[in-house]
Amino acid sequence: MNQPSVAMRDHSAESALFVRRVVVSIVFVLTLISILFLNLYYLQVESFQVYKTRSNDNRINVLPVAPNRGLIYDRNGVLLAENRPIFSLEITTEKIADLEQTVNDLAQLLGLDQDDIDNFYRQKKRQRRFKPVALVPRLTMEQAAIFSVNQHHYEGVNIEAYLKRYYPYGETLTHMLGYVGKINDRDVIRLEKEGKSATYAATRDIGKQGIERYYEDMLHGVPGYQEVEVNNRGKIIRVLKFVPPEPGKDIYLNIDLAMQQKAKKMLDGRRGSVVMLDANDGGVLALASSPSYDPNLFVHGISSKNYNALLHSKDRPLINRATQGRYPPASTIKMQMALLGLNEGVVTPQTRIWDPGSWQIPNTSKRFRDWKRWGHGWVDVYHAIEQSCDTYFYDLIYQVGIDKTSEFMKQFGFGDYTGIDIAEETRAVMPSRGWKRARFNQPWYQGDTISVGIGQGYWTATPIQLAHATANLARRGEIIVPRLLKSIRTVSGTFEVPPDHKPPIVLNNDSHWQVALDGMYGVVNKKTGTAHKAFADTAYVAAGKSGTAQVIGMKEDEEYDAEKLAEHHRDNAMFVAYAPFDNPEVVTSVVVENAGGGSSHAAPVARAMLDAYFERKQAQPFNPSFSLSNSLQSNLTRDELETLSDEQPESTEVGAQ
Amino acid sequence: MERRQENTIWYKLHIDLPLLLGLLGLMTISLIVLYSAGGQDMDLMLRQAVRLGFGLITMFVLAQFSPSFYARWAMPVFLAGVALLVAVLLVGHVGKGAQRWLNLGFFMFQPSEIMKLAMPLMVASYIGNKNLPPSLKHTFVACAIILTPTLLISKQPDLGTSLLVAASGVFALFLAGVSWKLIGVAVAGASAFAPVLWFFLMHNYQRQRVLTFLNPESDPLGSGYHIIQSKIAIGSGGIFGKGWMQGTQSQLDFLPERHTDFIFAVYSEEFGLVGIALLLLLYIFIICRGLYIASQGQSAFSRLTAGALTLTFFVYIFVNIGMVSGLLPVVGVPLPLVSYGGTSMVTLMAGFGILMSIHTHKRLLAN
Repeated sequence: MNQPSVAMRDHSAESALFVRRVVVSIVFVLTLISILFLNLYYLQVESFQVYKTRSNDNRINVLPVAPNRGLIYDRNGVLLAENRPIFSLEITTEKIADLEQTVNDLAQLLGLDQDDIDNFYRQKKRQRRFKPVALVPRLTMEQAAIFSVNQHHYEGVNIEAYLKRYYPYGETLTHMLGYVGKINDRDVIRLEKEGKSATYAATRDIGKQGIERYYEDMLHGVPGYQEVEVNNRGKIIRVLKFVPPEPGKDIYLNIDLAMQQKAKKMLDGRRGSVVMLDANDGGVLALASSPSYDPNLFVHGISSKNYNALLHSKDRPLINRATQGRYPPASTIKMQMALLGLNEGVVTPQTRIWDPGSWQIPNTSKRFRDWKRWGHGWVDVYHAIEQSCDTYFYDLIYQVGIDKTSEFMKQFGFGDYTGIDIAEETRAVMPSRGWKRARFNQPWYQGDTISVGIGQGYWTATPIQLAHATANLARRGEIIVPRLLKSIRTVSGTFEVPPDHKPPIVLNNDSHWQVALDGMYGVVNKKTGTAHKAFADTAYVAAGKSGTAQVIGMKEDEEYDAEKLAEHHRDNAMFVAYAPFDNPEVVTSVVVENAGGGSSHAAPVARAMLDAYFERKQAQPFNPSFSLSNSLQSNLTRDELETLSDEQPESTEVGAQ
Repeated sequence: MERRQENTIWYKLHIDLPLLLGLLGLMTISLIVLYSAGGQDMDLMLRQAVRLGFGLITMFVLAQFSPSFYARWAMPVFLAGVALLVAVLLVGHVGKGAQRWLNLGFFMFQPSEIMKLAMPLMVASYIGNKNLPPSLKHTFVACAIILTPTLLISKQPDLGTSLLVAASGVFALFLAGVSWKLIGVAVAGASAFAPVLWFFLMHNYQRQRVLTFLNPESDPLGSGYHIIQSKIAIGSGGIFGKGWMQGTQSQLDFLPERHTDFIFAVYSEEFGLVGIALLLLLYIFIICRGLYIASQGQSAFSRLTAGALTLTFFVYIFVNIGMVSGLLPVVGVPLPLVSYGGTSMVTLMAGFGILMSIHTHKRLLAN
């Protein structure tokens, strides 16, 4: 301030003016700082929750961790479906300085071809950052060893282990056990609809068929998760929380692997099916369908070449013949027909009819042939079952009519799902007037009724239905749903699945059961019985019934000559049996397609199965608790079981023929 | 009180102790936050510490000169500054898309920083030796003085600095007692000028900043990212903060520019509203002390210079916190004495040096 002051300058006034302006400034400053502070208060106090959430959303990622799939055992604790580690070579591309060089080096080291490399780059484009990409999805042990030795040269390249399903018995159990496969678009849509998407976030495979599909929810388990802190590039900084997944439940099937193997061996690659049920609780001891295929092919994604070969094979290996094959039941249902006649009073145990070798609908010229061209002569009900006299049953059903027949047979389980616990099951057909009207829009003719009397015509049944109907008969009307699942093992113990009873069949006269069963006894035990030869010298007392189903219609007087017929036109051989006769333990049904007569081609299979069962029983008594001895056992109610698996069998109508 | 003060060692050193303590408080906070924001980078800390020390020395040196010295040199420095600004536009070095630097061979130099000091000194010295309040004519001349460097700086373009430079001149004018009527007219004129600014004078990126400011969520991963992440950092700090070095937004790199312009967000996230209150009180204390020193000034020049420098310091605070918390568009203004960065820190400390000179040379002059 070296300038001379201006004369008129009023310093005190200027000073006062300045102070006033300073006061205004202070007010101004404090006002603006208050605004800043109020805004910050709003952000930090009023909106705290909002920003806290957004901050956590920024930094916390929740990574699902897939549960290990439950294992499947047979009734004796033999492992039927296991999880095996597979090794995959994975590259975290962000950690590699020269990716191309690294990939080429590895390709040379491990002997990869251009396809593998192209595949890797394709996958890399789709992968999120900092997520490893598989260069070799399935390392051989040799490759794994080579890489392990050289691992220190390759930072950012790691061997990762995954668990994949493996079926050690391959095609022996395919149709019943099913398989798992990669979750596909259809599965995704279904899971979304069922609201299960979240539980499958980390899961790669899902049950596609059989037990694997039916008990998917039980086997899958509950995923765990990892809460990780990530930075703004998505890199994981640390794990905040780890909730381990809850593995799927291990399940035990009623299947006895030895019986299943026996059934497969007896079918010997022929088209057909063998079913064996425990008569006491409905447990399925064997459920074989032949020909079969290796389910392990599907686990890693079957090649389209292999799949097409299976799909278009004339033998139709993809079908589960035991539950989806629809065959005319033929004479295997004659006991039930006899019961029907007795129950309706159209025959008595003493009624005898004359069989001249054919039967004619009264007042028409339409004749129905008996398989014995020269006839059985005088026939009563026992004789009719033992020798499988067709005429007796033509006459019987003529008197009863289709309506009562249809109703009665449905009680044994024909024309409906047996309720076995796999989804691949068909109802087959128990014909009725309503069914024919719906199916063909035609009225029911009397002629239609007659062939139903010998299990032909429109009537079809699956092997599981035949076994089920025979078991219901052997139990004298007590109905138990066939069941594959025996017990469920969880951390809290083992739960036995109780037999699933349905309302029993009640006859007007209980003694009629004995009549039908005695007839069945005669088939295998009397010299005149059709299967007497096949069951000679058994160590147990069995009862059974043969069936020979015509595959093509034949004219009245035509000769059946198996040798001359094309193989696919030959008769289906069928047999149903149970043993021991006075205290049924086990029931079996056998179908061999286009093999010929039931007593000569199916009965030996049935006998072999029963022999094997009793031999095995002697060597090692079936004891439900021997493999699960110490675990807590408790019985599930039917409802609890339903909640464990809500799957309903769905109709997949695929005929075997 | 004055008598006692003039005998203290601080007075003889030309240091105002309350102001010094306030500044040291800020510097402490700066180092603490920087340690966290910079990811415990000791090199970064060291560089900042060296700068703070250099700032303190600058302050101390400038406090030794008397206010009359500054009044004498105001005009030459101002003219030199304008000349350098012109030079920058002609031969300046381009950095970050703007032409702000002058390469002097051995170091890079930002002439607009000189203007932050030259402007209040120039306006104060021009108006200060007239009768106050200033006449209309003098006011207009002062406006011309203010506008020349402001336009040159905004041409670089450096919106933040031109704003601070303009503010320092305008505050001097305001404190000189320009009539409220004139202020009203100026505000109305500025509002009328806004559309012209928007359509003809602003760069695209500047317009984008304003648009982003108005609705940051419109482009959350692009231009809105900074402000959204910053608000999340502040908001998630809550009342007590997440704790030192515990701020997830800053430690996990979600917050951009976290040790420079957005350091306030780091501070808010880690120390919460309580920490903010402490920091704001420290700032208020420094501003009040500055305005007290201004009101005690013996000449109009001293008063206007001190007042303008202090209020400009406030503008830094308001603009930085305002932009970081989403009240103002993003302009490159650091949080004074806390943000990492050299030039503006030295300039600010130089300003405080002048303030201390004004406060500690009174007696000498009077006697």
